[in-house]
Amino acid sequence: MTAAFTARASAALTDPTLKTAIERTTGNARAKRAAAVAAWPGFEAARDLGRDIKDHVTQNLAFYLATFERNAIASGAHVHWARTADEACEIVVRLCREAGAHSVTRAKSMLGEEIGLPHALEAAGITRVETDLAEHIVQLAGDRPSHIVWPALHKTREQVREMFARLHHEPGGLDTVEAMVASARRELRQKFMQADVGISGANFLIADTGAVCTVTNEGNAELTTTPPRLHIVTAGIEKLVPSTAHAMSLLRLLVRSATGAELTQYTTFHCGPKRANDPDGPSEFHIVLVDNGRTRMLTQGLEDMLRCLRCGACLNHCVVYRQIGGHAYGGTYPGPMGAVLTPVLDGLKTAQDLPRACTLNGLCAEVCPVKIPLPTLIKGWRDKSWRLGLEPRAATLALRLWRLAAQHPPLYRLGTRLALPLLRRFARTGWARTLPLAGGWTAARDFPAPARKTFLDQLKERRK
Amino acid sequence: MSTPIPPPPRVALFATCLVDALRPAIGFSALELLEQAGCVVEVPPTQTCCGQPALNSGDQAGARALAERNIELLEGFDAIIIPSGSCAGTLRAHYPELFPPTSPWHARAQALAAKTYELLSYLHDIRHWRPENLALPASYTYHDSCSGLRELGVKTQPRALLAGIAGLTLTEMAEAETCCGFGGTFCVKYPALSTAIVSEKTANIAATGADLLLGGDLGCLMNMAGRLHRQGHRVRAYHAAELLAGRGAAPAIGEPE
Repeated sequence: MTAAFTARASAALTDPTLKTAIERTTGNARAKRAAAVAAWPGFEAARDLGRDIKDHVTQNLAFYLATFERNAIASGAHVHWARTADEACEIVVRLCREAGAHSVTRAKSMLGEEIGLPHALEAAGITRVETDLAEHIVQLAGDRPSHIVWPALHKTREQVREMFARLHHEPGGLDTVEAMVASARRELRQKFMQADVGISGANFLIADTGAVCTVTNEGNAELTTTPPRLHIVTAGIEKLVPSTAHAMSLLRLLVRSATGAELTQYTTFHCGPKRANDPDGPSEFHIVLVDNGRTRMLTQGLEDMLRCLRCGACLNHCVVYRQIGGHAYGGTYPGPMGAVLTPVLDGLKTAQDLPRACTLNGLCAEVCPVKIPLPTLIKGWRDKSWRLGLEPRAATLALRLWRLAAQHPPLYRLGTRLALPLLRRFARTGWARTLPLAGGWTAARDFPAPARKTFLDQLKERRK
Repeated sequence: MSTPIPPPPRVALFATCLVDALRPAIGFSALELLEQAGCVVEVPPTQTCCGQPALNSGDQAGARALAERNIELLEGFDAIIIPSGSCAGTLRAHYPELFPPTSPWHARAQALAAKTYELLSYLHDIRHWRPENLALPASYTYHDSCSGLRELGVKTQPRALLAGIAGLTLTEMAEAETCCGFGGTFCVKYPALSTAIVSEKTANIAATGADLLLGGDLGCLMNMAGRLHRQGHRVRAYHAAELLAGRGAAPAIGEPE
């Protein structure tokens, strides 16, 4: 319970419009996903297959990385390796500078957010244009993404309308969602064509062809990667799959789990730069493969997390995310998957609240398309947090006392016998409105009066 | 030729620390129901807690110590019955995880896990017990507690059993399977978050207009009932076992005796 997390959560809980915004998008996503899953009898088998594909790659990571690199180079791409976020940003900034780039367009990429690429480009004086509609909204607002699929989920359409009216050059009428999209389109179209470099992420890296697969619903990835002279891909190494067929199997899971659709509007395989007879395409194609903690996860008991497809289903179904949204988590990745990943990226001390602020209800694992045991991994961080002494002192002390008693039944009996009359004094009407040491409970709930005697004591009396 | 009648199982009732200290009526209901279902029931008098608070707080050593204690206490019985999905889930799903596969404790934990049951599902699925001669003219809504639902598959059994009480009708709430925000120590570590979650739950409960809120886990029930009472709703909360044991006229959770 760090003050920083508590403050962010509290700000989210008291935001008058955030809850509406979250519920509109996640509620819709939950309903559509449920319908898509119900309409797909093979879903369970597909989840097993998805899990097995990702596990196979994780277990043979070196082989598939080398295969991908070889085939990507053969297709004419340049492959770069980055151990850390900083190295990845340095590579991208260097490539932009070498190309004499003044402006870059960027298609939404969570890996880009993870490595701090928007900031690095800004620091290098390179104009960055976010082309995903939601990322465009986030950029206009000087904000950060709050969801891995819908980065601007925290904004209501009313707020977006107001912002477009103020900041777009030719907003026109903004009465409908279509009119708002048209305004963004006018704003972005010219910039797509003027950019020197287009930067995208990757949904899959296809080892046996060296291709990079992106999925979008807006076509902005294609407009980002095709007109500029340079296309730079930044991708986490866990995005590898053996072949296109494997990518298709995972794609079916990813899209249904994210939006409930069978397929995204655009699914593109980018393979190498423009060839001699191609009418368009980038003249240089660079792929930056980023580790940034991923190989370390293999040694931390977190290899299951490398299956993650970034579909966002665990966020949409999480009772905590549904209350506070993404910003309160404080990292790049929110929700259950963020509670597992953020301690890897930002350190457990900084991110200690994320694994703790979870009810362990298990719904995230139930909806995960690749069966990541999220509650188990979250508990793993709690184990580590306990061992490192990061758990709050009062809670630790209470737990140690309770454990001592629970291991010594006479002491335990004595404790409950002493506590019950005390509890009853606070609950004369049947309910206690306040309780010592339990302010967290009674701030918003009443506490029921216990019985006069414990079950075991009453049973003993009855059987005399 | 008639098949010989199997001897009645000798079962241990593990009441849970919450039921023991806060609502003995659930313990007595469980005891009576198990006896009605043909079990020879013992309540080991040195039982305390399953260790879930330690397990979920990261105190592996503490959880392991309590697991060893409970394995020794309970492994001699034919079955271990617990009137709580999350405590039964701790024994069934998590005790084996606490020990390395090569440890003798692991095998013992697995053996214990295999014969540990949540009360309502045990009555329904294993003992094929059904209520008889019970009537309660009331409407109820049912909250599916997360561990029972997702770790043990408890969903239809309580509703099927409650359907045997004449006059008792079910009105399902929206999102019956959504967590109530209790989460054990979560509710006191992050009270504001927990309050926001339970408030959504109580709104869904109140919207049904049901007289009763039923469930199978006292922690969740206390969380929801405590919030409902603070908000001034009149919905009365019971563990489903209490109604099945004919205690529907007794005071509900938080009502004066």
